[in-house]
Amino acid sequence: MATLQIDGVSKSYGDLDILKRVDISIDPGDFLVLLGPSGCGKSTLLNLIAGLDDISAGEIRIAGQRVNELSPRDRDIAMVFQSYALYPTMSVRENIEFGMKIRKIPAAERAEAVKRVAALLQIEPLLERKPSQLSGGQRQRVAMGRALVRNPKLFLFDEPLSNLDAKLRVDMRTEIKKLHQRLGTTIVYVTHDQIEAMTMATKVAVMKDGYVQQLADPETIYDTPASVYVARFVGSPAMNIIPASFRLTDRGPQLLFRKPDGSTVNLGDVRISDETARQYSGRDVLVGIRPETFRSVTAGQPGAFDADVEVIEPTGPDTLAFFTLGGTEVIARLEPRSVQSGRSACLSVNMEKVVLFDRDSEKRIQ
Amino acid sequence: MSTDLQGFSRYLGGRLFIYLALVLVALVYLMPLWVMIVTSVKDLDEIYNGSFIGLPQHITFEAWDKAWSSACIGTECVGLRGYFLNSILMVVPAVALSTLIGALNGYTLTKWEFKGANVLFGLLLFGCFLPFQAVLLPIAQSLGYLGLAGSIKGLILVHTVYGISFTTLFFRNYFIGLPGDLTRAALVDGAGFFRIFWSIMLPASIPIIVVSCIWQFTQIWNDFLFGVSFTSGSNTPITVALNNIVNVTAGRKQYNVDMAAAMVAGIPTLVVYILAGRYFVRGLTAGAVKG
Repeated sequence: MATLQIDGVSKSYGDLDILKRVDISIDPGDFLVLLGPSGCGKSTLLNLIAGLDDISAGEIRIAGQRVNELSPRDRDIAMVFQSYALYPTMSVRENIEFGMKIRKIPAAERAEAVKRVAALLQIEPLLERKPSQLSGGQRQRVAMGRALVRNPKLFLFDEPLSNLDAKLRVDMRTEIKKLHQRLGTTIVYVTHDQIEAMTMATKVAVMKDGYVQQLADPETIYDTPASVYVARFVGSPAMNIIPASFRLTDRGPQLLFRKPDGSTVNLGDVRISDETARQYSGRDVLVGIRPETFRSVTAGQPGAFDADVEVIEPTGPDTLAFFTLGGTEVIARLEPRSVQSGRSACLSVNMEKVVLFDRDSEKRIQ
Repeated sequence: MSTDLQGFSRYLGGRLFIYLALVLVALVYLMPLWVMIVTSVKDLDEIYNGSFIGLPQHITFEAWDKAWSSACIGTECVGLRGYFLNSILMVVPAVALSTLIGALNGYTLTKWEFKGANVLFGLLLFGCFLPFQAVLLPIAQSLGYLGLAGSIKGLILVHTVYGISFTTLFFRNYFIGLPGDLTRAALVDGAGFFRIFWSIMLPASIPIIVVSCIWQFTQIWNDFLFGVSFTSGSNTPITVALNNIVNVTAGRKQYNVDMAAAMVAGIPTLVVYILAGRYFVRGLTAGAVKG
């Protein structure tokens, strides 16, 4: 268990800048997820933490100690790879023992450690098998076992679940989370799957083009995304980003949305400081509304508006309704059977959960 | 019904033709071997009186015995025995060394990428196309400088060096198919350059090791040019000795001894192929698919 500080870390290959002054700091026992699409630099950052690649600028500290110049073996880390990277000619036991053998840990102690980890991951019956004789899920477990057995300061996971089928992925997700809660270890986990990030992380770093867009706990990321990019990346279906014009009137702030028929809808009271309100009055903004903040209501309630529902998609627990607002397609997550496609529905929005973004910078308006 | 029968007989005819053709070609191909075998077990009178191809009237292994222990090679009549040993003493270390170095090269070129790795590999490949005649004189001079001229040790060095191009090619193309994550995982586990090589890479490359060994064994065992150029007298490998047996001109030409000697010289490569041949094909295709 240890802290991890990433201080202004950059990485470039020739003229190509992969990471641009990344700052991240986590506490002991944190589960940090580096989230982003392929090419955003998240795996590169993980390799820098592991010592598998050289840092171009900045500093990485594990447990307060600068590790820039340390080789992977001296950083006291363990890593689980996307491809599992099990040594093909060694049995499961030998795979798990390999790191300890190199560190010259006595055989009795090694056997004890293997036993403990095998029990934890329920892979005891597999110990004498070769990796080629294991299923994907079993390989995944062995790869985790190889990391867990070492009891390092820091665990690194590089998209460990992306090679598993959907069902298994969900199971393993829960298991990794349980393991984390039980062992209380510090983990850095790379993924492009926002659900994995939301479900497992204590801290999420959303990355894009080598920058960290936002570093916060999952709830904060979900409720108050720092930018339109983060808002769209996290959540499924994604947050609706709807153009609207903002006005400060005598009766308070107003958000006016254009409807397909040319009329406007005022969604009214948005939570915003007076100063910001004055600054943005009369300007166009982007409004972020999560699909589940829409509600189906009876006509005539304050803030209610009519939406012409084009399509509905019943998912079971909810029904997704698609309609047009502010010139863009909007998705609302509603009670089952509350709306019908091709009909008009009366909806309102929980304005407390609405976030505003600057139209030009696409950053959140505080 | 009748069309079915017609189709079937046409199929049968086609098959028959294919097998006949194959058997014929195989016979033509095996003919020299047949002549070698039957001639080597006939006595000299029978060869000179009888037919060349026919079965022997009585089988005798005198010619084999003579080829092995008393045939005249140049002026000494000691048989091939010593030269067979020479070849073994040359081929075993040369195969082992060139394979080991090729494996190390392939591992370094693929798993420890450094600037210019591909250029270096390209240059190494030149060695595969280098005509040996072109380097005879420089090698002779180099061996002289090193004090290895005329010795089996010198041949080991030459064969090792000239095998590296091929073995590096084999191993590089094989290792490039092994995931880079293996090396990274081992690095995180705390293993170093050689530990990763011995514990992870080499055990995973048995098929290509077999390919490399067969290839090198065949090349080195069958080599005549380097042997005849850089060694003489009792230091020559078996190929040179075989040539000297056949070229002895005194008396009647001893075809049976020549054939037996040729068989003795050829048997080791045959044995290697028969024992490890299936790995050879498997290893070659494995490398091809992954590389």
